Amino acid sequence: MREDAPQEEPELRAVAVRAYGVRAPPGNGITERADVMGVRTWIDSWPVHRQLTGTDPLGRGAAAKSGTTARLTPRVASADRVVKSVCPYCAVGCGQNVYVEDGRVTQIEGDPDSPISRGRLCPKGSASLQLTTGAAREHDVLYRRPHGTEWERLDLDSAMDMIADRVIEARRAGWQWEVDGARTRRTLGVASLGGATLDNEENYLIKKLFTAMGAVQIENQARV
Amino acid sequence: MAECHPVGFQWVMEAKARGAKVIHVDPRFTRTSALADVHVPLRAGSDIVFLGGIINHVLQTDGYFRDYVVSYTNGPVVLREDFRDTEDLDGVFSGLDPESRSYDNGSWQYQGTEMQAASGERDQEYPKRTGGSSVTEAARGESHGSGGADLGEGEAERDETLSHPRCVFQVLKRHYARYTPEVVEEACGVPRDLFRQVCDLVTQNSGRERTTAFAYAVGWTQHTVGVQYIRAASVLQTLLGNIGRPGGGILALRGHASIQGSTDIPTLFNLLPGYIPMPHAHQRQDLDAFVRAEATRKGYWGNMRSYLVSLLKAYWGDAAVAENDFCFDYLPRLTGSHSTYETVMAQLEGTCKGYFLVGENPAVGSADAKMQRLGMAALDWLVVRDFSLIESATWWKDGPEIETGEMRTEDIGTEVFFLPAAAHTEKEGSFTNTQRLLQWHHQAVEPPGEARSDLWFTYHLGRLVREKLARSTDPMDRPLLDLTWEYPTRGEHAEPDAGAVLAEINGHDADGVPLSSYQQLEDDGSTACGCWIYCGVHADGVNQAARRTPGQEQDWVAAEWGWAWPANRRILYNRASADPQGRPWSERKALVWWDEDEGSWRGHDVPDFEADRSPGHRPPPGAKGPEGLSGIDPFIMQADGKAWLYVPSGLTDGPLPTHYEPQDSPFPNLLYGQQRNPVRHLLPPHPDNRYQPSGEEPGSEVFPYVATTYRITEHHTAGGMSRWQPYLAELQPEFFCEVSPGLAAERGLEHTGWATVVSARGVIEARVLVTDRMAPLTVQGRTLHQVGMPYHWGPNGCTTGDAANELVHMSLDPNTHIQETKAFAVDIRPGRRPRGPAALELVRAYRARAGIDERTGTEL
Repeated sequence: MREDAPQEEPELRAVAVRAYGVRAPPGNGITERADVMGVRTWIDSWPVHRQLTGTDPLGRGAAAKSGTTARLTPRVASADRVVKSVCPYCAVGCGQNVYVEDGRVTQIEGDPDSPISRGRLCPKGSASLQLTTGAAREHDVLYRRPHGTEWERLDLDSAMDMIADRVIEARRAGWQWEVDGARTRRTLGVASLGGATLDNEENYLIKKLFTAMGAVQIENQARV
Repeated sequence: MAECHPVGFQWVMEAKARGAKVIHVDPRFTRTSALADVHVPLRAGSDIVFLGGIINHVLQTDGYFRDYVVSYTNGPVVLREDFRDTEDLDGVFSGLDPESRSYDNGSWQYQGTEMQAASGERDQEYPKRTGGSSVTEAARGESHGSGGADLGEGEAERDETLSHPRCVFQVLKRHYARYTPEVVEEACGVPRDLFRQVCDLVTQNSGRERTTAFAYAVGWTQHTVGVQYIRAASVLQTLLGNIGRPGGGILALRGHASIQGSTDIPTLFNLLPGYIPMPHAHQRQDLDAFVRAEATRKGYWGNMRSYLVSLLKAYWGDAAVAENDFCFDYLPRLTGSHSTYETVMAQLEGTCKGYFLVGENPAVGSADAKMQRLGMAALDWLVVRDFSLIESATWWKDGPEIETGEMRTEDIGTEVFFLPAAAHTEKEGSFTNTQRLLQWHHQAVEPPGEARSDLWFTYHLGRLVREKLARSTDPMDRPLLDLTWEYPTRGEHAEPDAGAVLAEINGHDADGVPLSSYQQLEDDGSTACGCWIYCGVHADGVNQAARRTPGQEQDWVAAEWGWAWPANRRILYNRASADPQGRPWSERKALVWWDEDEGSWRGHDVPDFEADRSPGHRPPPGAKGPEGLSGIDPFIMQADGKAWLYVPSGLTDGPLPTHYEPQDSPFPNLLYGQQRNPVRHLLPPHPDNRYQPSGEEPGSEVFPYVATTYRITEHHTAGGMSRWQPYLAELQPEFFCEVSPGLAAERGLEHTGWATVVSARGVIEARVLVTDRMAPLTVQGRTLHQVGMPYHWGPNGCTTGDAANELVHMSLDPNTHIQETKAFAVDIRPGRRPRGPAALELVRAYRARAGIDERTGTEL
């Protein structure tokens, strides 16, 4: 491959990386110089020369293509594996292909096999990579103590233990064996809201556990 | 649909390319309108008039599908003599008790038999059916979902000529006679010519050879008469023969990846998995009494006991035996509504002390968002599981009430736990999409840091609680300790195996062999099944939801992609796609048919009918359950096997859709003296949930504009999954309101400037988008301007703004307890809203000007 093509402006490349997630392979830095390549090769690399002498007289194809562009490969090309998934936003259920490289999700695209979506994703579905790997995600448990003014860190195990204690206490405090003489065997002390963005299996366990606790105030977006 | 379900909309465009006509009915001109043949702007909140007008047109012009109506609907059924329609009682039905603000539906029944509701309010008839009594009269709008209703003993009287004056068909005709094109024009603001065009297109594209589909979303459900909006479409589609046929139906476009799944396997107060109702509290209620009251005599709900016993076996395993009613007593009981809005009131009262928010953001996404925050501020503790620090996690620090000075952070005693959630790429499981299709998503990577799946959280929370209570002898702890809660785990985080949970949902027989169909379920405890309608999703021990035969390699049904409940059927009630003799109504619209030689039903789709039940089959007298259905009863979940033009039982607010004005409306009800739905669900009075005067009541002029909320393509519900994404924030960077040039001129609003929008609940500000997309309408002789607001925004994230839900009240549909966010009344003025206490003062001033107190808008 020719190494002597004119380089794109670095700012433009940065924009491209930002806007489209385009990632060029390593070794194409701007330190490459025509003077190490010889004059003839250098002239050969000029777009106008290529346009006049090559197969692209209108200069809208190969003649205009830079070496950097020619070397670009889709980031999905180097993925270690493709995992079949489903878009997490609306209920159309578009198919997604999740590309994984070195244990990280590197790209999410529409699945052309899906008879529902035929490979398409809307702006939200197309932003799934940012949703799942973006900097806005919290990775740590946070805790706000009663009357506290700031978040504090709390480790996950302690949080789980504290929550379990509070569930037991609130459940007991809100327990009702009977209401107006009719058996209710329930608690009004604990409530839950959420589930429409969850998996069926998750909703199943939530309903099962909370029902066994005696909680009845179990709700989700399906009503909101 | 092009806005909110854009990828699904490609199929509408495919249909259009093949000659289908696309009609878009919406107050706003959207991306959908741009691609439709006809756009019909109408007044938000007037859809029952619009649909009722089409029903009237169909009935007056004999445009209905007579053979379908006579054979497959309850049109011929004769009603009781004591039934009184809204025609007789100026807008209410017989049976209304003004004291309890509820209906006794006794007089709505068929002549000669009693129907029990299978979807909707199945508890309504409990005392009658069991001889017991109920303590839940305050709110009977409970179980809703799929299902049929019960036929009592005896047979309904039918008149197949459809001419008996008390037959459903004639009642329907009289009920809708006043829904004329003139009334549609006056009430909806839809000109007669345009309305006529819609009527012609719908009727011309219905019948033997053609079908029409209706697609809707929460623009129909979020009203104080939301269920009746859908019912109105059901009446119309049933009259036109558009149910159970390809290209027909009423399609709910749902807005979350698994919102359908979370209804099927509900995280809802009133349902158990598979639309089995949660029991209400009754004297001496046992399993038998419950089933007697809630099940149907005929149809597949006749097997409710099998579904319920199998569920109890899935929950409580070996502890559930015949001698203890399979632990039926372990189920907690309802006393009225325990919806999310009652939960807020319970928080304020101090009854509800702990609250889990699992991927939901009520501080932005629920009606009267301030009430949600006040409720959370009264809690002992709150657990928020989400990706980012959504408003429901941070209100104690930076919520609107901190700014106004109503709350001080140091005074708030709520302990808050924020637990980061795993993304869909970091866990495996199934979503159920809007067409009932389960699709499995595989895990790609491990979740980062302390992020965990909700499966992990729930499983380990249950494990810890059970461990802590292990030595308890208190009978209240038995259901927890007897619970089947052993799931295989894997990996360093001990993630439970979602496949094992799916297998439990699918169910197994006494030997542990996976079941393949709900027809295998038994009521003697020999089968276990976590959700009867999902039975078969793990048939043969294979995850059917993970099937991915490429669409290109399949026919148009694509039956080998995922798995649709029930039984992988893609179109429900598809027996109705064939005529009573079992032949397709037309070759063009063939889906399933009776094969005489084979003695079975066949077709492109899985027949939604007993495979070997011939069209000529008539059940012996007294036959029950599925055996009670004849060969011409396509609606197999219904107790009579028929589609219901008229609902004798199951709805709290009437057997026929009737137009009522929204809770807050600038207009009087043109059709009846009754202004609002008389049994709408009002929450107890609260200073931050005031209702407004309506129609001709003094003070209604203070809020002269109709407002509606909606979504846009680039954001998702309350923003938790979109406002933190820079790409999406850049595409739609700011909260805005859409107004017409006329309204802009009337109120001095400037394009891209600021507007302040006020209701009796709150005040918000938004950027102004002056656009012809919000067409002014002529309603009841005056020009109406409507204000449109997306509801995605809140104070946190990459793009911020006020939450539209600050404006909305808590007056709910009495069947579903869903809020009325799609039609309310506001004032709008130029400029930014006041800050601090001045914001409260502005709302107070508006209330005073409109004369609002705790009684306003609460009239029957």
